[in-house]
Amino acid sequence: MSERFINPAIAAVPPSAIRKFFDTASTLKDAISLGVGEPDFVTPFPMRNAAIDSLLDGETQYTTNYGIMPLREEISRYLMERFHVGYDPRNEILVTVGASEAIDIALRAILSPGDEVLIPEPCYISYQACTRFTGGVPVQVHTLAENAFELDAGDLEACVTKRSKVLILSYPSNPTGAVLPREKLEAVARVAIKHNLFVICDEIYSELTYDGFTQASMASLPGMWERTMTISGFSKAFAMTGFRLGYLCAPKPYVSAAAKIHQYTIMCASRQSQVAAWYALKRGRETGYEDISRMRESYNQRRRLMLKAFGDMGLECFEPKGAFYMFPSIMKTGLSSDAFCDRLLQEKAVICVPGSAFGDSGEGHIRCCYATGTDKLQEAFERIAAFLGTI
Amino acid sequence: MNGVKQQILEILSNDCRTPLEQIATMTGLGLVEVAQCIDELEKDQIILRYRPIINWDKAERQRVEAMIEVKVTPQRDFGFDAVAKRIYRFSEVKSLYLMSGNYDLLILVEAPTLKELAQFVSERLSPLETVTGTATSFVLKRYKQDGVVFEDSGEDTRLAVSP
Repeated sequence: MSERFINPAIAAVPPSAIRKFFDTASTLKDAISLGVGEPDFVTPFPMRNAAIDSLLDGETQYTTNYGIMPLREEISRYLMERFHVGYDPRNEILVTVGASEAIDIALRAILSPGDEVLIPEPCYISYQACTRFTGGVPVQVHTLAENAFELDAGDLEACVTKRSKVLILSYPSNPTGAVLPREKLEAVARVAIKHNLFVICDEIYSELTYDGFTQASMASLPGMWERTMTISGFSKAFAMTGFRLGYLCAPKPYVSAAAKIHQYTIMCASRQSQVAAWYALKRGRETGYEDISRMRESYNQRRRLMLKAFGDMGLECFEPKGAFYMFPSIMKTGLSSDAFCDRLLQEKAVICVPGSAFGDSGEGHIRCCYATGTDKLQEAFERIAAFLGTI
Repeated sequence: MNGVKQQILEILSNDCRTPLEQIATMTGLGLVEVAQCIDELEKDQIILRYRPIINWDKAERQRVEAMIEVKVTPQRDFGFDAVAKRIYRFSEVKSLYLMSGNYDLLILVEAPTLKELAQFVSERLSPLETVTGTATSFVLKRYKQDGVVFEDSGEDTRLAVSP
């Protein structure tokens, strides 16, 4: 009976492939998870306290659809200072429920049924699904481990058709940890301009880059601001995942369109989360972003640890310069990424996410998150090494 | 002090048993370089000792702890240092701080029994001629020490798998 009622466009989208691992993992007691997608730091206390103060002050009402003005002003300053992109807090910034909502409403604001969306893969799991929810057509652009999963402008251009409308770009990347060097970003920008593409740029991991690499923002490149939506949030850099707070920035007409959906469906992000986020940026500005630096350094130490461990195990892995993931190849085991993760969980109680969950280009790899205590990481490495010995 | 040494201190202060090789990997330094840095930190008396944080309540060892606020008369030419030195030489004194505020020195003392601790205060500390007053407060329970919560389950509250 449900077939008659459920929207076929929704029914056609498969549930997230990571779900089944979650179900098995929750039944195992001594499992070590490298499958998380969030920081292992608790939100720094001053931000939590700002939210508490807001509650104690009785700030329990709706905010404006766009988000409280002090937060938008801080976002505007922050993006200019850190990423050299300028947005007017009055009408070019929309505060959303996480970057996830921003991705959804960005696509809904831009796409018409049949429009093609160029999606470099492996990529975050929601890009394809959200595209399909709108009736858009996802087009895979493969990126390769041997190119450090950097998007090649030539490969992108080869996928462009008359129906291509949007490119979704996300560097540093979840799941690979890859970054996109400036010259490659510029080459991608030239393709976008040449073929009149709109770029939705998910920059949620922008603050988490290592060993001196800085990820340039697409909207900061000449000729790109007017055709780019910059999406980011507080989850990763500020360890605020549970606050669910993100933002979307673009020229006024695009923000107005996205705001229309936000206005009718969400109304506004949680006021307490907005206050905590405002305080995160204000405090960051005043302290030289010391919380971010501290957490980044800690991730970097563990990144080096994991890279060496995989090297010692003989698992091929390029050195990722961003986010908090590694994406080693497990091809030499002869197992599919799904089978590898399944067996690793059943036999050694270590949770990793199969690369295939992030698109076809992810097959033959597994995503491992190093945002976990070093003692647990070391134990996980021992278990993975032992597992490899049994294959 | 350079950033590398700060990083090493950070790692050791979190777990002083972290193997040299692991520290080298985490900091991106060579093994020799890490060993040299630690050696310097020890020589410069920045690292003084490597000690575990112990929950003595679970170790079933009888001990009584107290914080003693002490008022003293500073000595000419030596200020508080000479008095402090006189006090920290007592083996019962585990920590000693010079404080701002209503009293001068804060002492953390430890003794096997209440009686011995009382004797320390009445027979050894108070009679010192520079000591003009003491206020002793007994430690009833330790919740957190040096950043470590004693009864923390350490449970990771994150979802085991998330996108």
